[in-house]
Amino acid sequence: MIAATPEVAKERRKPQKINVRILRQDAPGKPQYWERHQVDYEPDMNVISVLQKVAAQSKTSDGSAVAPVSWDCGCLEEVCGSCTMVINGRVRQSCSALVDRLLEQAPEEIELRPMNKFPVVRDLMVDRSRLFRALQRVKAWVPVDGYYDMGAGPKISRDDQERDYPLSQCMSCGCCLDACPQFTKIELQRQPNESEDDLKKRRNEAYDEGFVGPHAISQAMLFNSNPVGKNMADERLEALMAPGGIQACGNAQNCVSVCPKQIPLTTSIARAGRAVTVYALKKIFDR
Amino acid sequence: MANRVVVIGGGLAGLAATMKLAELGAPVDMISLTPVKRSHSVCAQGGINSVSDLTRQEGDNEWTHFDDTIYGGDFLQHQPPVKEMSFWAPKVIDLMDRLGVTFNRTPEGFIDRRRFGGTLYRRTAFAGATTGQQLLYALDEQVRRRESEGLVKKYEFWDFLGPMLDDNGRCVGAVAQDMVSMEIRSFPADAVVVATGGCGLVYGRSTMSVFCTGSAASRCFQAGGKYGNAEFIQVHPTAIPGADKLRLMSESARGEGGRVWVPRRPNDSRYPKDIPESERYYFLEERFPKYGNLVPRDIATRQIFNVCVNEGLSVDPTRLCVYLDLTHIPRAELDRKLGGILEIYEKFQGVDPREEPMKIFPAVHYSMGGLWVDYEKSADGGLLPGSPKNQMTNIPGLYAIGECDYQYHGANRLGANSLLSCIFSGLFSAPGIINWMKSNKSVASMSSTIFERAVAKQQDRHKALLSGNGGSENPYLIHQELGDIMTRSATVVRENTQLTEAYAKVLELQERSKRCALSDTGNWSNQNVIFTKSVQDMIPVALTILKGALQRDECRGAHFKEAFAQNSLTAEDPIERRRQAEEWCDDFEKNNKQFLKSSVATFDGTEPDVQYEDVDTSLIPPRPRLYGLVGAEVIEEVWKERSVAKSLDQPKASTSEKQLVSV
Repeated sequence: MIAATPEVAKERRKPQKINVRILRQDAPGKPQYWERHQVDYEPDMNVISVLQKVAAQSKTSDGSAVAPVSWDCGCLEEVCGSCTMVINGRVRQSCSALVDRLLEQAPEEIELRPMNKFPVVRDLMVDRSRLFRALQRVKAWVPVDGYYDMGAGPKISRDDQERDYPLSQCMSCGCCLDACPQFTKIELQRQPNESEDDLKKRRNEAYDEGFVGPHAISQAMLFNSNPVGKNMADERLEALMAPGGIQACGNAQNCVSVCPKQIPLTTSIARAGRAVTVYALKKIFDR
Repeated sequence: MANRVVVIGGGLAGLAATMKLAELGAPVDMISLTPVKRSHSVCAQGGINSVSDLTRQEGDNEWTHFDDTIYGGDFLQHQPPVKEMSFWAPKVIDLMDRLGVTFNRTPEGFIDRRRFGGTLYRRTAFAGATTGQQLLYALDEQVRRRESEGLVKKYEFWDFLGPMLDDNGRCVGAVAQDMVSMEIRSFPADAVVVATGGCGLVYGRSTMSVFCTGSAASRCFQAGGKYGNAEFIQVHPTAIPGADKLRLMSESARGEGGRVWVPRRPNDSRYPKDIPESERYYFLEERFPKYGNLVPRDIATRQIFNVCVNEGLSVDPTRLCVYLDLTHIPRAELDRKLGGILEIYEKFQGVDPREEPMKIFPAVHYSMGGLWVDYEKSADGGLLPGSPKNQMTNIPGLYAIGECDYQYHGANRLGANSLLSCIFSGLFSAPGIINWMKSNKSVASMSSTIFERAVAKQQDRHKALLSGNGGSENPYLIHQELGDIMTRSATVVRENTQLTEAYAKVLELQERSKRCALSDTGNWSNQNVIFTKSVQDMIPVALTILKGALQRDECRGAHFKEAFAQNSLTAEDPIERRRQAEEWCDDFEKNNKQFLKSSVATFDGTEPDVQYEDVDTSLIPPRPRLYGLVGAEVIEEVWKERSVAKSLDQPKASTSEKQLVSV
């Protein structure tokens, strides 16, 4: 085996225990606090399996019993977008954060924090409803007549498919939003006697004024290039021209560098910028 | 007030049903453990099957797709629903195409197809190697569109606790719990649709997502719903072992030419690429020349298991695995057609599968069994569109669709048929649900005591768990033990002593699970109590799997008991061989009389009772599955002669049936 020697060397460095430092918060509006946990090392671990052990033992490294750490996860293979958190300072999926790699970077401990730009529900769980709301805002769907059998859709060239497929892999994980300087946290507290529906309404109104985000801009471009989706292109461009639309982008390019699916978000943003300009000019001349 | 439907689960099946119900004008409440866009359907990789204009010209048709599915499932499915699904398949793909799914394309712009297991035709449409994700997103987008129009309301991060039944046993809604505020409330509804997927977590680690506990189906089972064919659990031949999960390596890797092999010499420590062709054992290709690497999953799984466990040819000294080799295929082609799954391998294993063969081993993947559901047969042997009976469980008004029903895949599912059965059952059931609601009294007029009673029952369970009842059991460890027991006793090879022991152990776990001490007794986003409930509810399903497996003394599809296997013919002499083949066919017929039956379980609060129901085989008469058996050709010959003799004996079938059979 070619890699035999370095592997042996790596084996020797494997620790018995892993230290984890977790930024916890019991509920919205409550203070955040750090807590240390220690779990047994096993080969091929990821941050999910560390958190599973943390939940099973429910004890801090100094032995005091605590409630298990809350976090969100789903597929564990980086296609569902659930398990986003900030790991050693970088926003990413915790399933694909392999412990061996993290320890190579920082052998002392692994640091876990919730995402920065979304309201914390508890510990590492955040409320990302704003992210889905943005998909409604840009009408990210193909406006088909209905779901009866009407035969096949239009032919699509291979080039078009290869342009669109990467965009359609967006799993709404929120990494791009967390890394974006223009995307700032919107957190509303329930007011006395406010119903769940009223709170949701108020929240959506606030979301609709904030920056829509790179993921939604990219989805708008995806549907604007679909042969039937583009029938609603103007409506999507209107949404991108509104406050919190494309002009809010500061071109920091953080989004594309943190996207776990390497979606060409900045290309989408550039496309959207051009399309909005053309559309705005057209509107002036058509007046 | 319009009739409301509650749909539990937002994977392909739940979304397809919701979208169609909304189109037909019914308001829908969707209840899901997770934002529906994150449902487990996203993990489906390889593709979705249907006959296409191209395969048709190669001799394929809907009937052949139907036949492949039935034969692949070892004849354990009722045939009318499967027939209907196969004939609908091209329409399903057309619809998904219109909804904007980014299917791979041929140079001219048609949907490209690849070959999958258990068929000789290239029927499978795909979007890279993330087909499930792409299909799910298209449906999610349509449901979001309906949501913005106000017809769909989503309750995400809500846990379904059980159906609500009125005094006549009709389902009149659901009880669910907000996983953040922990509020328990009722959702009165004129029909409830359960679309909650498989039960892989009963096995601890599997290819399934963390949501796939089977507890939603179990809650319906415990409320009186029947559970069918529980013992049929698909173990996928190719997965990547991991500490938290066994990650799927799609069948499409073999569909695109991937080859499975081991070195012929045990413990050969050479780097795989240094092992010359002649010293490699391509065991699937050698043993199954016709299907090669694309034999059905149950067959491939047992072969890989066997090569590692019994023949000692595992390619890794520390664990069991074989090579799945793609390195002979050009890099650009791999990236275009399999990019998604190769990235998964690379990300989680740190090895580039374009350069070095992957190491894979079988893993629990799919539940063929699930909630028992009904159907109404049409004159042409398919399903009657719009019948309220289609997909309805034995609890009136409670429907089950997708992986959590038992209907489409029999004893073994063919690759790329699950996405089809999910979307099909969702779309097809919707008009029947509308008709059910039209012909029944609306729940809006019902007394609220039924709903209050149902909520109170769940609140009692919740409070009892939080108070701990003086127990000291750790739910996470109980889950681990359950997974270990199930993985050892009820996967690839099953054996009666082991199953009996496992059953007794799971009964012990059941007792212990009632004495869990929670490490979180709070009432805000308490994942500990949600998990504990799901572990408790995995146990009825686990017991049903074990009991079904124990009682089924035969081999069928994914269910394999060495002691009851029908073996290869041994005689060389043609006359003796012929005699053995006759005997083989006698045994086969005798076995079918006893076991060509679906297991149907009911639950009495502690243990399942497993009874049997006849399978509707009116369209395709059962025949032996002979993959890789020595003497298969002689057995086939004998079987054909018997079938011809039988059809001459029988009174003439009606014209329509005859036409179907001769297609």
